[in-house]
Amino acid sequence: MLETLQNLGLGFQVALTPGVLWYGFIGCLVGTLVGVLPGVGPLAGISLLLPATYGLDATRALVMLAGIYYGAMYGGSTTSILMRIPGEAASVMTCIDGYAMARKGRAGPALTIAAVGSYVAGTVSVIALMLLAPPLAAFALRFGPPEYFALLLLGLLVLAYMNTGSMLRGLAMAALGLLLGMIGIDQMSGYFRFAYGVTELADGIGVVPVAVGLFGLAEILLTAGQKEPPAVIRPRLRDLLPSRQEWREAHMPIWRGTGIGFLIGVIPGSAHVISTFVSYAIERKISKHPEEFGKGAVAGVAGPESANNAATSGAFVPMLALGVPGVPVAALLLAAMMVHGVTPGPLLIKQDPRLFWGFIASMYVGNIILLILNLPLVGLFVNLLRVPYPVLYPIVLVCSILGVYAVNSSVVDVWIMLGMGVVGYVLRKLDFETAPIVLGLVLAPMMELSLRQSLAMSAGSYAIFVTRPISVTLLAVGLVLVVLALRPLISRTMDWRARLPVDT
Amino acid sequence: MTVDRVAGMALVLIGLVTMWESRVFPLGSLHRPGPAYMPVVLAALLILFGAVVFAMDARVRRLVDVGWPEWRHALAIFGACAFAACGLERLGYRLTIAAVMAFLLLVVERKGWALGLTLTVAMAWGSFFVFDTLLRVPLPRGPFGL
Repeated sequence: MLETLQNLGLGFQVALTPGVLWYGFIGCLVGTLVGVLPGVGPLAGISLLLPATYGLDATRALVMLAGIYYGAMYGGSTTSILMRIPGEAASVMTCIDGYAMARKGRAGPALTIAAVGSYVAGTVSVIALMLLAPPLAAFALRFGPPEYFALLLLGLLVLAYMNTGSMLRGLAMAALGLLLGMIGIDQMSGYFRFAYGVTELADGIGVVPVAVGLFGLAEILLTAGQKEPPAVIRPRLRDLLPSRQEWREAHMPIWRGTGIGFLIGVIPGSAHVISTFVSYAIERKISKHPEEFGKGAVAGVAGPESANNAATSGAFVPMLALGVPGVPVAALLLAAMMVHGVTPGPLLIKQDPRLFWGFIASMYVGNIILLILNLPLVGLFVNLLRVPYPVLYPIVLVCSILGVYAVNSSVVDVWIMLGMGVVGYVLRKLDFETAPIVLGLVLAPMMELSLRQSLAMSAGSYAIFVTRPISVTLLAVGLVLVVLALRPLISRTMDWRARLPVDT
Repeated sequence: MTVDRVAGMALVLIGLVTMWESRVFPLGSLHRPGPAYMPVVLAALLILFGAVVFAMDARVRRLVDVGWPEWRHALAIFGACAFAACGLERLGYRLTIAAVMAFLLLVVERKGWALGLTLTVAMAWGSFFVFDTLLRVPLPRGPFGL
């Protein structure tokens, strides 16, 4: 422990030098601005700015790129809250209650809670990263295809179980999302599935067009034509900060979201997206007022936003400790390290302690910079709501088209967004939730691949899922959830039997 | 016809179409799944869920009670988006976005000419400058390099 603190002291010496601080600030600023633009998420932001770091030393380059990562993750929540446009899958859950809060005139508190939640989650998870990186990374590596499949299945069941509506409708929407995820090249056999000659669909349907369509465009289609357009919101200065009650409501969800996000973020793969969905679902389940979710519940913003940021730090665990990039952004950072002649992995701590601990310390500093930067920006962003909706929505629409197009420079994505907008419009009219579709779409390729890889490992035996401790535990939890969901149905049947006259 | 009946039928229909379309890929077996395996399993699940939603018919709300008062506006916005998708790579980004903005602000929302044209030019040329010029995200150019 003492050695860790000494090392951290060394890290702060590096991170607090003016040059490193400056590049951390630039990274956070650029990341926030890039994140605010719909469609341009952290991956695109880092890719665009990676060449700009070639002239820097390794520590500054890494600190700046990591700053872009956190900044973009936070910036994505701004458009989710103000315009219901999720920049990426991780922001989808923030859209629901964040936007509802904004429409109730509480955009300032929603943005502030998102910023503070992100700060707490970021800082706590960096401490966890520092203390637990080696053992957690070793645990994460025990996740083979069977464990991965069990985890993904559990994620879907958790979401469906904790749906406000019925589990059945949640599962139906998730199945629809999983089916959408089947489009594109089958990774095991190379077959081109359900693409009908559209070569742009080779990599499958992108998450951004689907999320922007289901949430952003559907909202515009529903709202723009209302007889009474949404009222213009003129936030006062005191409305920018959360009330005492809102802080109380946000407090525990932030801590729970941090724990959930970090633990799920450690696992390699895009499973970190699940963390925001799981956090939202848990908050709704344990809330004393679950009926408020979807209508502007503070916990619905605090939990997922914290989970999102904690997962960001969690994703660095396998990267730093083992040199294994868990998520695409970590792979880019890994590439950046290699460009600067640094070999990531277990030996990094010993070979280059200044870089390793400087990076860790810069994550603390980065979180503070992000908070200092974003709290004043809350007032600026909230002023967007002063624009009357008939003027605002064409601007939002153009931003959506631009953001969706910019991801792959493809009009096919714009068509997908349009199709999904209509689907989202109809589903919302019929009171179906659309978030499970996005989760299903994200998980489908991973789920199919891990199932087929597992069966290839076991020569076709499904016993592989119940003979490995982690996967059997995850499946057992999933089974419990299904039983719990069916319990009301069973108890209703029992009541019916009890009401029958006793046969004498 | 209730909302659940319609939703259930739509889910069953999507499941059936997926099954039909999956016939061209090898199904494989339970122990060695092929490329059609997962889509068929998911389609079967969707048919099952759709059938249960249809049968349970838990919501009493009828489809005709679902109001669609905003359909004209929604159609206009849909048309503007479809135009954007068609025009982006033919007319170029700036002209297409200018047309979309002008249509929505001046025709659909009937805003004043000054506001409408100012916003149209600002969005079409301003967003192009931010993305294409500053961020180096390539955006399509149309006739005369616009």
